[in-house]
Amino acid sequence: MSGHAAVIPHTAPLGLMNVLQVTMLILVAAGAAAVVLVRDPVRQVIALSIYGVLLAVLFLAFQAPDVTLSELTVGAVAVPLLLLLTLAKVRRREE
Amino acid sequence: MNPAVRRWVFLAGAAGLAAFYLWGLTGLPGFGNYPGPYGDIINRIAVAQTNATGVVSAVNFEYRAFDTLGEEFILFAAAVGVSVVLRRLRGERERPARDESMDRNLAPTSDAVRMVSLVLVGPTLVMGWYLASHAQTSPSGGFQGGVVLATAFILVFLAGEFLIFERISPLAAIDAAEAAGAGGFAAIGVSAVAMGLPYLTNFLPLGSRPGAVSSSGTIALISFSSASKSPPPSS
Amino acid sequence: MGVFPFIVVAWILTVGLYGIVTSRHLVHQIVCLIVVQSSTYVLLLGVGYRRGAAAPYFSDVSVHTPAVDPVVQALALTDVVVEAAVTALLLAFAVQAHKRFGTLDPQELVQFKG
Repeated sequence: MSGHAAVIPHTAPLGLMNVLQVTMLILVAAGAAAVVLVRDPVRQVIALSIYGVLLAVLFLAFQAPDVTLSELTVGAVAVPLLLLLTLAKVRRREE
Repeated sequence: MNPAVRRWVFLAGAAGLAAFYLWGLTGLPGFGNYPGPYGDIINRIAVAQTNATGVVSAVNFEYRAFDTLGEEFILFAAAVGVSVVLRRLRGERERPARDESMDRNLAPTSDAVRMVSLVLVGPTLVMGWYLASHAQTSPSGGFQGGVVLATAFILVFLAGEFLIFERISPLAAIDAAEAAGAGGFAAIGVSAVAMGLPYLTNFLPLGSRPGAVSSSGTIALISFSSASKSPPPSS
Repeated sequence: MGVFPFIVVAWILTVGLYGIVTSRHLVHQIVCLIVVQSSTYVLLLGVGYRRGAAAPYFSDVSVHTPAVDPVVQALALTDVVVEAAVTALLLAFAVQAHKRFGTLDPQELVQFKG
């Protein structure tokens, strides 16, 4: 690593970060309402996946990259996979 | 209780909850004015004490390692619980696995899905390994690395190669890996006790430079064992 | 900007609870529970944020740059993991309920006494 500390801005300019945070908060609120209002379970899984990605970007705007990684892997991949497997298993019994 | 009454009862309860919540909000210092001393203290001393530049991982695996141990066992208990709940009930027989899709019109797996899935398996494995081994330097960590590794196996499944999937993820090996992960975490803690230190103390040499991959002692080992622990519940 | 994130938290919580209360399908109910849990992540991270600060990773900046609270992020990490585990267990229960009672409607399942 370089010895002298060059001042590299690691955060976006303050105003820009605020705009990003407010935008993501509004999108997350809309996403939560969308996930709840979709009644068909299979479509809801897709909505949940998108909601997970929105949440991950919100966490990035809150300066939490570790939580972003976890939320992406869990909320947008693992949990929708579990849900789809369950729905397939349930549907097989109805036939 | 019919749906309309249910809805009104919920709205009444939600109004009460909102009132209490807004009352509690007035006591907060506001978004962005973080007052508390704990976070600042940890940020100041973590790199010097543990040679780990990823402070969140240092908190997870060293300062609050006991909580992470509990979280690993929550995962373990959930995996055991799922296998107990989905056990064979009296009166059910396990049918031999047959292709149940014969009587359904399934579209064959498209070539694009198969190719993309197979191409992504290699990078996913490398990415998962990188995440699992770099917990102490940058955003990553055992759990995330473990889930990405599990995704690599799932990609094989998605590509339609079910027989290969069966062969590379035998149930016995997965159970062994999961137990090794959970046991390894606890064992690392116990080996500290065997040396006369409190449970889960970081006793291995801390490494030469902050941020090197081999630095920060037990944090790397614990991260590895939690990485080998997370793929099994996903399978 | 002072309390807007926390109002969003209350909104997500209420919307999720509304979905749980008025749901007609067990898997839909479980997804609404996931939404409720996600409100706690936003709350935790919102509490620990400091205006103008960077993420608490010091591999390329000096240790004295102002950073957000890492303890709250560690708590949120554990929270996400526990969400996955609880969801898996609840889904197993849903499969078993369907196997035994033939229905996934929570308002019909209530009438069965064990």
